[in-house]
Amino acid sequence: MTSHFLTRSLDRSATIFLAIVAAVGVLLPLFNLLLPDTSMLHVPTYLMTLFGKYVCYAVLALSIDLIWGYCGILSLGHGAFFALGGYAMGMYLMRQIGTRGVYADPVLPDFMVFLNWKSLPWYWQGFDMFWFAALMVVLVPGLLAFCFGWLAFRSRVTGVYLSIITQAMTYALLLGFFRNDFGFGGNNGLTDFKDILGFNVQAEGTRAALFALSCLALAISFLICRAVVGSKLGKVLIAIRDAESRTRFLGYRVESYKLFVFTLSACIAGVAGALYVPQVGIINPGEFAPGNSIEAVIWVAVGGRGTLIGAALGAIVVNYAKTVFTSGVLAPYWLFMLGALFVLVTLLLPKGIIGTWNAWWESRKATGISEDADSAAFEDGAVKPHMAE
Amino acid sequence: MSGNPLAYPIISALKDGRLYADDDSKKVFIKGTDGKVVDASNGQAVATLPDSASAVRLNNRLRRTIDAALGSLTLLSPDASVRIQAAQSVFKSHEESSLAPLDAALKNETNDTARKALTGARAAVVLFKADASEADKLDAIATIRARGDQEALALLSGLPGDAPPAVARAATAAMASIKGNLALWSTVQNAWYGLSLGSVLLLAAIGLAITFGVMGVINMAHGEMVMVGAYTTFVVQETIRTSYPAAFDYSLLIAVPLAFVVAGAIGVLIERTIIRFLYGRPLETLLATWGLSLILQQAVRTIFGPNNREVGNPSWMSGAFDLGHITITYNRLWILCFALAVFIILLAMLRFTRLGLEMRAVTQNRRMAASMGIATSRVDALTFGLGSGIAGIAGVALSQIDNVSPNLGQSYIIDSFMVVVFGGVGNLWGTLVGAFTLGIANKFLEPAAGAVLGKIAILVLIILFIQKRPRGLFALKGRAVDA
Repeated sequence: MTSHFLTRSLDRSATIFLAIVAAVGVLLPLFNLLLPDTSMLHVPTYLMTLFGKYVCYAVLALSIDLIWGYCGILSLGHGAFFALGGYAMGMYLMRQIGTRGVYADPVLPDFMVFLNWKSLPWYWQGFDMFWFAALMVVLVPGLLAFCFGWLAFRSRVTGVYLSIITQAMTYALLLGFFRNDFGFGGNNGLTDFKDILGFNVQAEGTRAALFALSCLALAISFLICRAVVGSKLGKVLIAIRDAESRTRFLGYRVESYKLFVFTLSACIAGVAGALYVPQVGIINPGEFAPGNSIEAVIWVAVGGRGTLIGAALGAIVVNYAKTVFTSGVLAPYWLFMLGALFVLVTLLLPKGIIGTWNAWWESRKATGISEDADSAAFEDGAVKPHMAE
Repeated sequence: MSGNPLAYPIISALKDGRLYADDDSKKVFIKGTDGKVVDASNGQAVATLPDSASAVRLNNRLRRTIDAALGSLTLLSPDASVRIQAAQSVFKSHEESSLAPLDAALKNETNDTARKALTGARAAVVLFKADASEADKLDAIATIRARGDQEALALLSGLPGDAPPAVARAATAAMASIKGNLALWSTVQNAWYGLSLGSVLLLAAIGLAITFGVMGVINMAHGEMVMVGAYTTFVVQETIRTSYPAAFDYSLLIAVPLAFVVAGAIGVLIERTIIRFLYGRPLETLLATWGLSLILQQAVRTIFGPNNREVGNPSWMSGAFDLGHITITYNRLWILCFALAVFIILLAMLRFTRLGLEMRAVTQNRRMAASMGIATSRVDALTFGLGSGIAGIAGVALSQIDNVSPNLGQSYIIDSFMVVVFGGVGNLWGTLVGAFTLGIANKFLEPAAGAVLGKIAILVLIILFIQKRPRGLFALKGRAVDA
């Protein structure tokens, strides 16, 4: 059954996308590790880490596209799930520091010693084991999304109301994590990591492995999302996006579908955060800032909402542009550009890069050889639904 | 007690080591804090201190005597506020030696506040005086009980354990009564802070509620309109400072209409160039307006710099007055009045003007309104302008109590959203009730849970509240499927 989903959902563009992700995931670390520094093709470690960050963002963008592009749920708080996954990983990494911290306490992280805490709080128990932390990376965001979604969808909070409430959620978490007595390092967050699974996080080999893992995560979450949107479930999701009440009257339990996809999306975002933290070496409450979540939404919009590939592409393109512009003389103008991006994309490019390209391709094909419309086109959101309200 | 006006300067100089004695001429000099030298016997200015003069030295016993003497002297000071201050310090120290000057001061006291403070101080002294009669002490406790503040409580709890039983009983009763009284006043104070926060929230949210109600558009750049209003105030004040400093007290009166026009014009511009192309796509509008907020913030940062700008309070807005045991600052009071005034004007506008009628029609049923010949797109533009303009005048008010920085708007935007979501968009009363409910709830949770946890609790409560009423407190009733 699963393999059937996979093969059916793999059209040509998806295959190309996966091939590129696989190639980058394998070749970039190899070029980094095997080629000498003098070689033309050598990839410096900082560049690989930078791209590793982008790939994590791409996974986050995928998770947003899954709910926004296919189910019409605009979450302005997805950064919260990303950050929670990151914190779960950060807690594991903190426990791995052990006696190498400034205060050399075998159990307590430095900030707890600093705050005169005598013992580990209960919610830090178990994070010395990788499997437990890895489970929490998925479970904590998933559980929060489940509870939140259960409350919100059951009472039919939709549209902008839902967006605002998700924003309030991440804002509340931001305020909470800033507090020292919350037990997550307060303002400074978690940092100064040493080892992951016994390997030094700073070492080139570990970085290369983390990069490859991020690409693997991107590929797997892409496959999961494709499987979901390509299934019958996915058709119902699209129906909910386009006419929620009509779907409900047809007898589907809209809230269950929404809850499932929202929770799944949060889990994927959590994984993205967990891979992000060891690569950038820090997680702090700033990740919960509402602005971050909205920025992640614009990546999806730029790439093309409801295309999955577009979401990943948008995340990488926008973040690459951000790196280029904020590091040069144009730094003061970056916010102008980001703001303009929000406005121009929504006004002029509502389908995003991939969506526009798809539409153009379709129209060319239609004028050239008259062929049966590709069934994927509808899934890709290239065909506008006709059921206007 | 000598009534000599020089007594106070001499003794305070002695205390601070600024009193000099010259053994050769047998004269005493005061060196002022500004370095000027005065002859202590007649107050005449002297050019320089003679070389043979040396500072008068003190030991600890002398120092205590001097403190008491200073206290007594200031009790007789011609300045009423100094007398009150002195009475307060006697109230805390309850030195027996102050009794005589207190009685002297009470005899010819004319100022009511000062008389009250002096009576309180006298009661404190009597209460702690070992040889005072029991009746006097009971009287003293009654006086202190009537005073009823934190200091009175501290004084009574410091009563020695060997006090006569009647006195001890009276003191315990007085303490209980003061505690109850203080709890009541702290409730009143929280309510006042809550009203004040609520008025700020009302100002920030009311424009948002209008645009959201009429157009179904959440304007993420709303906070930046507040910021624009605050910076308009700054520019107006700067212009007044440099050209007509005398008119500074009127700066806000000029800034209010100007901020309305500036922010309103920006609002209409935004609606005409961006938002009208996004109707029926509320989520995209949300993103586009967020982008606008980034642009506006960065623009202000580029023009005015990233730091806080100083906006002054006009004289009629600075200062405070006491009401019972709480202090009410004029600027908070004015902002509360201002917020209510804006609310009432807006309510009247919606009720009695043609634009208000059209706005209500479009809110209730856009298509029907259009069929009846209402130019909905014109109403949209004006509504957006109106909402933005009100945000602008909210900025004028907020500039009086908050830092004027490019981030001013962002700090209010989530709170304003909460007000709108909580109150619902059916009518303005929802916004009013929402703003004051959230403001008061916030301030009552704050002492119990701390500022941050209180805020988190409010957010969680709203999320739960949405369960019961997904469209807010005052939702429009209708049969429309799908918003």
